[in-house]
Amino acid sequence: MSEEMVTVNMTVNGEPVTKTIPVRTHLVDFIRTELGFTGSHLGCEHGVCGACSVRVDGDVVRGCLMLAAQAEGADVMTIEGITDTGEIADLQDKFVERNALQCGFCTPGMLMTAAELLSHKSEMSRNDIREFMSGNYCRCTGYHAIVDAIESINNERLKG
Amino acid sequence: MKAPKFSYIRADSLDHALELLDKHGEDARILAGGQSLMPTLNMRLSQPEVLVDINRLNDLKGISLDGDTVVIGALTRHIDVMNSDIVAEHLPLIAEAMPHVAHVAIRNRGTIGGSIALSDPAAEMPACALALGATLIVQSSSGKREIPAEEFFHGLYETARAENELLVEIRYPSQKKDNVSVFMELARRHGDYAIAGVCAYGKVSGNMVEDMRLVYFASEDRPIIGENAVAALNGKAWCDETKDAVTSALENDLDPMANLHGSATMKMHLQKVLTGRVMDTAVTRAGGAS
Repeated sequence: MSEEMVTVNMTVNGEPVTKTIPVRTHLVDFIRTELGFTGSHLGCEHGVCGACSVRVDGDVVRGCLMLAAQAEGADVMTIEGITDTGEIADLQDKFVERNALQCGFCTPGMLMTAAELLSHKSEMSRNDIREFMSGNYCRCTGYHAIVDAIESINNERLKG
Repeated sequence: MKAPKFSYIRADSLDHALELLDKHGEDARILAGGQSLMPTLNMRLSQPEVLVDINRLNDLKGISLDGDTVVIGALTRHIDVMNSDIVAEHLPLIAEAMPHVAHVAIRNRGTIGGSIALSDPAAEMPACALALGATLIVQSSSGKREIPAEEFFHGLYETARAENELLVEIRYPSQKKDNVSVFMELARRHGDYAIAGVCAYGKVSGNMVEDMRLVYFASEDRPIIGENAVAALNGKAWCDETKDAVTSALENDLDPMANLHGSATMKMHLQKVLTGRVMDTAVTRAGGAS
């Protein structure tokens, strides 16, 4: 079977992009290899680890479980994009302060998922945070420090 | 870990999708939320010739109330079912189950129809459809067909849906006023596929179990009603003696498949434990003392 190609148009981190790619390219391969945004990581490539989490039209999704062709016309944000906008600058600082990362491989995905949780702007228990973050694996920290960081920022933001 | 080569066609209408299914038959796979299909492609467990992407068929999305029936479009994403007031009020079983369906990033893409049509034996939505006695509406170019959930799940990833049919809608009877529902599952990590799971739906008055359906998933090749367990349960007061009778009867209903998560013996044990817990909870919810 020959390689079927498709031309895709979407907005990535605020910039419109148009590329012709094999239809079987998933979204994170597209973002990493075609666009050079290597912040989104590929861990398991079957939806278990969460390292590839990106935001598509406002919702966090598994970048490995969506074809780039499916994102035609979509607004995609990666860790680079939400770093530039400053949306989670406080959370990123808190991750450093609380040692919420060691090797850093899971961190972009953790931050993308945590950004969605924090956008709820609601009271939450540590258990709520753990449940929401349960789709993102970290093999270094034991999660405690990650929950600490998210909890601190949520409390700080709620106080205003 | 990269998908094999395939053709990709984005259906721009329901008729277009059905036409594509007629044309490509078993060579085609329907791409809905893709949260189960994409992993099988990435791992090359599946090599379809054509992917028919139905994500733009907005007519298949939405939740509405039609008299005593909750109508959910097959392409409605898990997150929208989870956040629905109609579901919270009329289908509390599904509202209780939804947080167990994978993780947020997957619920943002995965669809209720995709989950039911795939019929993964450990998935929550097929079990809930069976427990509630839902009706599955499938459509092909020659028309629509209604299939009761009791007749839909045939086996491991096998359903009554034909290759050229698309699951378009699920119709659930609203939970009756004096009924209760309970959903429980056990998983290693919250949101992972269940090791064992039970849905209970029916009528309990005080301690008296009048008409209860127990559906088991994650241990058999499909969700199944525990017929013997239910026979030992209905018409009885819920007490230790009934619990023993029901869990013994359950051995005649289940023949658990061992997998990485546990042996057949362990799964049988867990289903029995969950049976006790769901019924304790059902009685409590019905206002009786468990």
